[in-house]
Amino acid sequence: MTDAGLTPAPGSFPCPFCGPRDEAEFRYGGDPDVARPGPGSSDEDWARYLYVRENRRGLVREYWVHAQGCGLWLIAERDTVTHLIQSVREATP
Amino acid sequence: MTTGPQTGPQTGPQTGPRRISGKGATVPFTFAGRRLEGRAGDTIASALLANGILTVGRSFKYRRPRGILAAGEDEPNAILDVVLNGTRVPNVRATLQPLEAGMEVTPVLGRGAELLTRLLAPFIPSGFYYKTFIWPDWRFFEPAIRRMAGLGRLDPASRATAGPGGHLAVDLCVVGAGRSGLGAATRAARAGRRVLLVDRQDAPGGASRWRSGADIAALVARAEDAGVTIWTGATAFGAYENGRLGVLRQGGSLTLGDSLWEVRAPEVTLATGALERPALFQGNDLPGTMLADAALCYLLRHGVLSGARPLVVTNNDSAYPVAIALAMAGAAVTLVDARQAPAWAARATAAGVRMVVGARIVRATGRGRVDVAVLTDGQRIGADLIAMSGGWTPTVHLYCQAGGKAVWDEGRSTLVPAFAVPGIALAGRVAGDWTGPEDALPWDWAGAPDVPETGKAKKTWVDLQNDVTLADVQLAARENFASVEHLKRYTTLGMATDQGKTANLIGAAALAQATGRRTTDLGLTTYRPPYVPVPMTALAGLSRGPLQTPLRRLAAEAAHRASGATLRDYGGLLRPAFYGPDDSVIPAECRAAREGAVVFDASSLGKVAVMGPKAGELLDFLFASRMSTLAPGRIRYGLTLSEAGTVTDDGVVLRLSPEEYLVSCSSSHVRAFVASAEEWRQTRFGREGVHIHDRTAHWATMSLSGPTSKAVLAKLGIVTGLDDAAFPHMSFVAGRFQGHPARVARVSFTGERGYEISVPAGLAIPLWEALASAGATPIGIEALGWLRAEKGFIYVGQDTDGETTPQDLGFDAPRLKRREGFVGDRALQLPVAGDAHRKALVGLSRADGGTIPAGAHLIEGRPRRSIGFVTSSHLSPTLGRGVALALLEGGRARIGQEVTWFDLGKTGRATVTAPCAWDPEGRRLDA
Amino acid sequence: MSPPSIGEKPRYSALRLFLEGLRGQKGWGPAWRSPEPKRRYDAIIIGGGGHGLSAAYHLARDHGLTDVLVIEKAWLGGGNTGRNTTIIRSNYFNRASQAVYDASLKLYEGLSRELNYNIMFSQRGSIELAHSAAEMEGLRRVVNAMQVNGIEASLLTRDEVLDMVPLLDPRRDCRWPVAGAMIQRRAGVARHDAVAWGYARAADGMGVDIVQNCAVSGFRIEGGRVTGVETPFGLIEAKVFGMAVAGASPELAALAGFRLPLLCMTLQAMVSEPLKPCLDQVVASTPNGAYVSQSDKGELVIGGGLEHLPSFARRGGLAKTREVVASVVEMFPSFSTLKLMRQWGGTVDTSPDNSPILGPSPVPNLFLNCGWGTGGFKAIPIGGKLLAHLMATGRHHPLSEPFGLERFATGRLIDEAHAGVAHD
Repeated sequence: MTDAGLTPAPGSFPCPFCGPRDEAEFRYGGDPDVARPGPGSSDEDWARYLYVRENRRGLVREYWVHAQGCGLWLIAERDTVTHLIQSVREATP
Repeated sequence: MTTGPQTGPQTGPQTGPRRISGKGATVPFTFAGRRLEGRAGDTIASALLANGILTVGRSFKYRRPRGILAAGEDEPNAILDVVLNGTRVPNVRATLQPLEAGMEVTPVLGRGAELLTRLLAPFIPSGFYYKTFIWPDWRFFEPAIRRMAGLGRLDPASRATAGPGGHLAVDLCVVGAGRSGLGAATRAARAGRRVLLVDRQDAPGGASRWRSGADIAALVARAEDAGVTIWTGATAFGAYENGRLGVLRQGGSLTLGDSLWEVRAPEVTLATGALERPALFQGNDLPGTMLADAALCYLLRHGVLSGARPLVVTNNDSAYPVAIALAMAGAAVTLVDARQAPAWAARATAAGVRMVVGARIVRATGRGRVDVAVLTDGQRIGADLIAMSGGWTPTVHLYCQAGGKAVWDEGRSTLVPAFAVPGIALAGRVAGDWTGPEDALPWDWAGAPDVPETGKAKKTWVDLQNDVTLADVQLAARENFASVEHLKRYTTLGMATDQGKTANLIGAAALAQATGRRTTDLGLTTYRPPYVPVPMTALAGLSRGPLQTPLRRLAAEAAHRASGATLRDYGGLLRPAFYGPDDSVIPAECRAAREGAVVFDASSLGKVAVMGPKAGELLDFLFASRMSTLAPGRIRYGLTLSEAGTVTDDGVVLRLSPEEYLVSCSSSHVRAFVASAEEWRQTRFGREGVHIHDRTAHWATMSLSGPTSKAVLAKLGIVTGLDDAAFPHMSFVAGRFQGHPARVARVSFTGERGYEISVPAGLAIPLWEALASAGATPIGIEALGWLRAEKGFIYVGQDTDGETTPQDLGFDAPRLKRREGFVGDRALQLPVAGDAHRKALVGLSRADGGTIPAGAHLIEGRPRRSIGFVTSSHLSPTLGRGVALALLEGGRARIGQEVTWFDLGKTGRATVTAPCAWDPEGRRLDA
Repeated sequence: MSPPSIGEKPRYSALRLFLEGLRGQKGWGPAWRSPEPKRRYDAIIIGGGGHGLSAAYHLARDHGLTDVLVIEKAWLGGGNTGRNTTIIRSNYFNRASQAVYDASLKLYEGLSRELNYNIMFSQRGSIELAHSAAEMEGLRRVVNAMQVNGIEASLLTRDEVLDMVPLLDPRRDCRWPVAGAMIQRRAGVARHDAVAWGYARAADGMGVDIVQNCAVSGFRIEGGRVTGVETPFGLIEAKVFGMAVAGASPELAALAGFRLPLLCMTLQAMVSEPLKPCLDQVVASTPNGAYVSQSDKGELVIGGGLEHLPSFARRGGLAKTREVVASVVEMFPSFSTLKLMRQWGGTVDTSPDNSPILGPSPVPNLFLNCGWGTGGFKAIPIGGKLLAHLMATGRHHPLSEPFGLERFATGRLIDEAHAGVAHD
């Protein structure tokens, strides 16, 4: 009864640069669909930008960053109940 | 039944359990002080039974005697404290723990006030404590209740050690190495997949080791040939997200080497079998009451016959092989089957079993152990063992943990999965497959949970470990605790260390009956991990001692130690606090800084390169002051803010070249700065045009300061031209140290003339030694803090709080109005920014020159109200008086006024000053 | 103290328990009814956890409003009320927070008698450890903030801590050496389920209807006001509504057409196997990210920090469990001989400043009680009382005034960022 053939776990978070990695290497980074208000915005707009995030059950678009890896900022579609990740792509401005 | 007993009938009048066969080296141990012997291969439970020990402890609430019920992880009673080699481990489950020589085993609960609890029993039903102990106050009763509760005793001096464990990935993990598990594993391995098969027992085979007659050795050989990795003594205790299983591997000894493995498998096959349910009848907790399958396991695995006159009670076929095996081992067996015409009756009769059909057991009686059983037909049967089977419950725990839901199927009388969970398959008994491999007769294992309407409900136990009776369930129903979750929480049913493995389903059935509903409609309580209690030391794994949140260290640590440093943990970084055995040296270090030349190791200060054509643009956005206007070779101080406008860090920026800057943030904020800079770069500016590289660890930095620092630096010959006109404050020059590139920057953390010398990290110690031999006195973080406080230089995080804005620190508003925008700019215009009671940074001094403790508050009014607090405070060796920094409401407007401070009940007066108490004009920077 | 008020309910007492004992405990009636909801009420509270039930109780008791419905989507007390580590304390930094949490602590002190239900509030003291001189200064800042406002708290020296909690690792060179601590002696733990049950029984006794297994699927909004809620029982109407649905607040707000500055995340808790008494206080270390107390049943109740990702999974990850257990074992080396028995998770609403949101919502007759983050249990009595005040009067109680939703736009946050590991 040997342990031959067993390998370290690759993880289930598909980083576009590093490949599948352990979820623990990634950090949640906020809501990619909240735009930073420009000059002249109202206090309420600014508060919404600062503090209101998409926050519901089911598939949600989120910023994630491969904090303990390549450092890429990513946009993931993730289920907030099962935590399964449907898609990941690199974040762009 | 093809597996026969290993010996022929025994003769002689015997009562109770005893060993009748088997060989093995003897293993000495003690139980409650008695010297006993077990055999190699025994569990503690089998060794106790082999020695005729029936009562293994007392029950939690009523202190009733209890014996061994089960042979596995479902055991509710045999929870024991074990001392081995001086180390005590509380709450050891005797049915799972291999016996080791020298174990001192004791019941966790003694008799206690048995008579008292017996008298009290009618008055302390489930939840009695909610209805009383209200007057005069719970605190008068709580200590006594606490003393009565609890199981094992912790030994403050004992320690257990884990093995390292680890992480693994396989294609398939099969849980349970019985027939079904071995089969599933072998098939998958033959298809070329990497398969791990785990089983909690010490050898593969599962229940087949004592039940089916399947050729386990052959099945194991086939699995191994196919390449299956088999772990025994390994319990999959939890199914977590992303196909991750927690697996506990039992160590070599009670106190050594349990290890935890995280196994990631896209597919998991649960071949976890089923757990037998006890029967409900009055007196079903008497020692000598045992699950039928456990009696078979002890007989065939350990050669222990659990009773000479067993009564086997069942409502399904699974107990027949038990009765037959017990009879063949020489016991006088009576089998009582609730069913009218059981298919297996003829076989049992042929084996010499006395059959009673269509009857149930109503109650068991005896003094401290089973003696007589009374049946529904009125028969009284003498027995020293009641081996019972109330049916079987599939072990669906991991399926449920993985997101599944098990529902009770009234028709098939078993738990079934309500839906499929991706990646989880069920095989064998857990999937409702009750067939034996070679028997012609059909099997009926289901056995509906049978809640009796006769017998005393308060003497009919549902949860043995938590002493929950049928009467308690009925009481809960009467009081409308009618959800299974309320039942659990109100009666504590299923909350003991066995987590209700034998109790939950019959409890739900009893509640269903009491509330006139169907078990199906009631649902079940949530299956929470872990499946079996997991040693905390195994969970901790390698994260112990210095490996827990490991400290970061300085490249020159050895040199600091050689210089006599006392090192301390500053925010996860091990740094010299001062150079001497205790903090009495700090004033001397401070004086040296003001009078001569000192050096401190500033290597942990950030050195974050920001490069590319858009580097200036990014930095302008990241800092509250503009950085792109900085000339190459020059240095600028700046603050970074959060988007909420609060100060997150301060630091200096060096412009190395037109397209390269170096950000020197404070030591504890490097990671946060880099993370924030990367976030803005990637999400706002784009990855082209600007790059960020954290070079902090590449360079060692020694900060040299004091009035004679220039002379000390000159001796090192790192740079030529130290003339202040060519090399003014807030500029830097390149140099060479021992043939390697170096950089010297004129900045000051002490308020004195200062030079920050950076060299490749490998030269940290030579640089330190060169500075020391050139005459610089080493100083630590503590002295630096004192020197900074004198100057009013802040530590962000200590001298600021989560509300401090740049204005609160004295940065004037015009500088903060920039067209191009920066992080946090908009928040500085929110209404709160104009509030009169904002706290601003000030200094404080006492007329008597004394100190005010850091953490003291400033107060005013009646009733008194806090208007601020002291953030840093020291007795300044330079000024010969206390200096303090504080955040104070309306701070700068109060300069010159007196305020009252408050510290742990003491109060005093202090004068508000500007933050800077030493050299406010800054002349000493060039002195 | 106001007179106990449990309406028509027969009272619990040792005498009655004794008399019932003589006849087999057969005379107890339901602790609360399970009525069919009516079509219309004066007030509806969404959420049958501690805060919702407390609000119902206070509507009836303080404001004489008894035509009240509490709607619970599952079983009452089954959310965070029944999932937390039961710590009750008021050692917060800001005056507004202290006022709220200390008012709650005071209500807890009389709650067993008030509700005629033993919630087992055990004021055994809560100890927050410091591992360095700098951390001691931080604790001193908090202790003084409390003492200034007349709230009991004090500092302990290293020796005092080790005397009180001898199981802590006394070595000076261990990973988390004890430098000292802050203690609030009035703080403690209680039996969490009993809090929900006690309020439910009392509210029910005063005529409040509690309906379980009844999820709200929508609001009927007419003329800018809520007129009713859609449920499996159909539309139920009322004049005023309150929501106390920790872990589901943003979703419920979305049904009413507005958004909240909250993020729902998972907080884990876990217990060891039960032991004879060995730990008499609540002991927490914020730097080490863990806290532990011993329940009356003997289990070590262990908690840690949040898992920082939006989640409605209501279960914790193994990595966090291991991190928290490792921290506890490192502080208490003898705990290495113990076993972890059960672990679970709850979904908490976290707000940007770690302070709750109490007050009107953007819909005029719907009032908010949310955002308690990890600290909701300790605030149940006051949270319910303040929500009841809002619903009954339409105005803030002075205690809830600073906690309105508008503070995020004005920037007047009540920053409790350092309120503890998980500030429950």
